Amino acid sequence: MNQFLELVLSGLALGSIYSLIALGLVVVFKATRVVNFAHGSILLLGVYVIGRLQADLGFWLACAIGIVAAGAAALVVEVVLIRRLRGGDLGALAILTLGVDIVLLTELTRRLGTDVLPIGAPWGANVVDILGFRLPESRVIAAIVSAILLVGFAVAFRLSDWGVAMRAAAEDGATAGLMGIRLSRVGAGAWFLAGALATAAGVFLVSFPSAGIDASVGLVALAAIPAWVLGGFDSPLGAVIGGLVIGVVSVLTAGYQDEIAFLGRGLGDVAPWVVMLLVLLVRPSGLFGTRELTRV
Amino acid sequence: MSDLARHRGTAAAAALIVLIALVPLYLEGFWLQTGLFVMAAIVGAIGLTLLVGRAGQLSLGHAFFVAVGAYGYCYLAGDPAAGAEGDPAGLGLTPFLAAIGAVALAGGAGALFSPIAGRVRGIYLGLASLGLVFLGQHILFNAAGVTGGFEGRDAAPFALFGFTFSNTDPDDFAVMGVPFGMLERLWYLELAVVVLACWFARNLVASRPGRALATVRDSETAAAVMGIDVRRYRALAFVISSMYAGLAGVLMALAFGRIVPESFGLLLSIDYLVMIVIGGAGLVAGAVAGAIFVAALPLLLSHYSDALPLLAEPGSGGLGAAELSRLLYGAAIIAVLLFAPGGIGRLFRRAVRPDPTALVGPAPVTSTSKPSEAKEESKA
Repeated sequence: MNQFLELVLSGLALGSIYSLIALGLVVVFKATRVVNFAHGSILLLGVYVIGRLQADLGFWLACAIGIVAAGAAALVVEVVLIRRLRGGDLGALAILTLGVDIVLLTELTRRLGTDVLPIGAPWGANVVDILGFRLPESRVIAAIVSAILLVGFAVAFRLSDWGVAMRAAAEDGATAGLMGIRLSRVGAGAWFLAGALATAAGVFLVSFPSAGIDASVGLVALAAIPAWVLGGFDSPLGAVIGGLVIGVVSVLTAGYQDEIAFLGRGLGDVAPWVVMLLVLLVRPSGLFGTRELTRV
Repeated sequence: MSDLARHRGTAAAAALIVLIALVPLYLEGFWLQTGLFVMAAIVGAIGLTLLVGRAGQLSLGHAFFVAVGAYGYCYLAGDPAAGAEGDPAGLGLTPFLAAIGAVALAGGAGALFSPIAGRVRGIYLGLASLGLVFLGQHILFNAAGVTGGFEGRDAAPFALFGFTFSNTDPDDFAVMGVPFGMLERLWYLELAVVVLACWFARNLVASRPGRALATVRDSETAAAVMGIDVRRYRALAFVISSMYAGLAGVLMALAFGRIVPESFGLLLSIDYLVMIVIGGAGLVAGAVAGAIFVAALPLLLSHYSDALPLLAEPGSGGLGAAELSRLLYGAAIIAVLLFAPGGIGRLFRRAVRPDPTALVGPAPVTSTSKPSEAKEESKA
């Protein structure tokens, strides 16, 4: 029982990281109707910048630069490429981001080679005791930081001008545009935010117990896609809950893999996708997604 | 299309086939090997282009069905006695039956996915099918009794009416003085399969189900009102595309001789998507062109890496052939989507003659084409 609770807690902490990544996907989708396959490689770009700079500049400054760099990269993608196809076909836009992902990932993978860069975070490989459960310090901090960022986002989304503009743009882009909301600015802001959130999550994703920054990080970040799909594409709340579910499921399946060895090794990596497929069987538009209605 | 144009098209296709059939008489092994991979890719790409371009459904799970076909063939044709020696076992069917069985297996896997494939549309299906690739990888690595795990397993050589498509049996088989080994023999087998696959796809597009699919893509509501069972047709498109993928898997297994799980990962799915987008989704000829570009590029670049000044040795940290080809095709897909959204194939078509298939629609990539574009095409 104790082990079970410890795994659940650890899963929730991992899930909070996925939530941040999935939230970026939701924000981008709401503001610009783009399924962003380049999200994982933008995350990798952010942590790569941090990993390269932290030895010289110290962790915190490197972190700030990395987060801004990833946000800026996402912004450039939106302004230079996505905007030209604005309002275009969903599939074409998704494949465009896939092209960006291929280019970015290939270049970063080449630069990383077989290296594993340390992230150099002050929490290192510490383990803390909370209520008798032993958890990595990085995961505990990740949960706290994620909670702060998620609440901050929720408040901004409800109350700030930017949040109102974004919700209006998501509801009905044309009308919002006519009412004086600058769609281009909303879209650019959303992409920047997504890139920054992804990198913030990435810092924890590559901290202990992970080995560090290597080429597989972009792939690990893909686990946020089931979280996003599970939550239902356009729901920030869905992204958070989807992230937590995926985190718990993947930690539990990895933790109990000896007991369920008949299902094969490495089950923790595939479990999120299986959960996603099962949920889609029952609810094709995710748990909290808006169902598309057709009016004739 | 006028009769004259149709005859001209048929004649051109026939001439092309004859030309390709002459290739093994003149070119060496490397080119044949490349050609075999390309032809396998063509079959898979046609399957995906039917799904994406005609039915308006996106799939990132194509690699899964290719894997089902490839491993299905190896399992069905494999030696039943091999299990005793620790190798993955098989059922020992004749290769021809095994190939048909493998395609049927892939189709069956597609049908199993139909509760999702029929209800989830467009890009959302693309994301859902992403799950299949990861599930597939997991199974391939873990079900070692059938798949051989990470080591993979050998593919039994193909045989038909006592003629084996390998280096032996009949031994010393030569045509016009050229010794015909495995590569040469497989060349004709794959060419025949590619021709049949193209022919079937073109007929399907022009047939009643093909038109129904295009209607579902262009307007789900209109299709439903016309009495088209939207879910059933979507599922049907998915099954057909899976069977093409399975056939591509069989060809891949034959061309490689040995298959390993890494060949069937997410990258393969992305490769297929890139092929059809570059060529122009929905066009059979576009899929062929895209497959040639994507499948041959890395092989050609690594073959000529000595002669190309930019390229470095693999592992030396410089730009290798594999990386350069990925950068090139990533850039190609961005350029195509920005400047020729209909794909290279459609660009070419427009220049040569007005698009005669306007009836079955322009749609750049998936379900909803913009009304203005649709109007343009119908005018043309």
